Amino acid sequence: MDGLERIVLAHPFFAGLEEKIGQVVAGCARNHRFNAGEYLGHEGEPADEVFLIRHGKVALEILPPGQPASVFSTQGVGEIVGASWLVPPYRWRFDARALELTRAIGIDARCLREKFEADHNLGYEMMKRFLPVVMQQLDETRLQILDVYGKRET
Amino acid sequence: MSAAVQADPFVPDPYRVVRTRREARDITTLELVPLAGERPDYLPGQFNMLYAFGVGEVAISMSGDPAARGSFVHTVRDVGRASGAVANLAAGAMVGVRGPYGSAWPTTAAEGSDVLLIAGGLGLAPLRPAIYQVLAHRERYGRVVLLYGTRTPDDILYRPQLEQWRRRLDVQVMVTVDHGDAEWRGDVGVVPKLIPRAGFDPHHALAMVCGPEVMMRFTADALRQAGIGMEQIYLSMERNMKCAIGLCGHCQFGADFVCKDGPVMRYDRIADILAVREI
Repeated sequence: MDGLERIVLAHPFFAGLEEKIGQVVAGCARNHRFNAGEYLGHEGEPADEVFLIRHGKVALEILPPGQPASVFSTQGVGEIVGASWLVPPYRWRFDARALELTRAIGIDARCLREKFEADHNLGYEMMKRFLPVVMQQLDETRLQILDVYGKRET
Repeated sequence: MSAAVQADPFVPDPYRVVRTRREARDITTLELVPLAGERPDYLPGQFNMLYAFGVGEVAISMSGDPAARGSFVHTVRDVGRASGAVANLAAGAMVGVRGPYGSAWPTTAAEGSDVLLIAGGLGLAPLRPAIYQVLAHRERYGRVVLLYGTRTPDDILYRPQLEQWRRRLDVQVMVTVDHGDAEWRGDVGVVPKLIPRAGFDPHHALAMVCGPEVMMRFTADALRQAGIGMEQIYLSMERNMKCAIGLCGHCQFGADFVCKDGPVMRYDRIADILAVREI
């Protein structure tokens, strides 16, 4: 097992992944380092990579016209940034900015999609990991937009 | 449960407001001392009925340190006529107090375990007495984790104290907001999201959760997903409490009365009815 494969399999997102599948995923992966303020992706750009955070913190933000960026979520160690690569048109739906020195594993999305198409078992195994993350983010968004801490008149 | 409840539970004792502190635009912390006698003992999680004379009564949890003798501390949000009247009392004003009432946070049962204290918004106020107690006896507990979520950075309650607790080496404190601003460098997102990031042993952990009911439901789900058993999760429920002694039925919650059987309730006892619309 080479260094990158070991790093990939050590990430919580891939906990318990079969070594054989780990090798395939690691074949599409590379290491990244982002300094504070650097962007992992910009809204509208091709979603070419999905990032698994190993260290640091990333702000997901949307830029309303004429206003400062609005951060709607932060992602930290053990979490993933980017799900747009899963669904056409494979473009970022938000900006992702490192808030501090951030180390991440970037997985080439095109490479991963091609491998999913070639091996549906691999694709299914990976979807079983990505879908709960997407569901969790949907749940969190629901709770967030409910604005439960807002003032309720009695 | 305190034994120091008055003989006639509907007659409030007169207290004087000796100190006020504006926590946010509509949230005030009041310190109250009895005009006569001693302040009754209470347990973390319990509440008093505070009576703004001529306006009305409102159930408010204690938010101070139970070990600090002499006064009650309450943090009140102005959300209506009675709570507004209490929240806007000035130092020197009089207020009626009945209590303490209700069940307590299981700080004794948590001894020997990791402790997760999870609050949302103003829910940090009823949880604060438990935090004081756990930290006062820190050696009795495993890892101690405080997770706090609120609306915006300006809404963070007890900010100086959170910063103080965060500096301790024996407590993990994480704060998140639903909506950040340009100055905010911390986490953005809902409080259940912090749970997987916290360090604790789910098989030897007890969680105390306080906040809006929807937030508590999501949080309980996240705790279950993290491996904590239902019987190890406690929620502080909120209903419209009037008599506070289980007579009037205003706060009925399934087969229980929140004023008498709660407000602190074990999750496995209430999970089935939490999402029932009619309850």
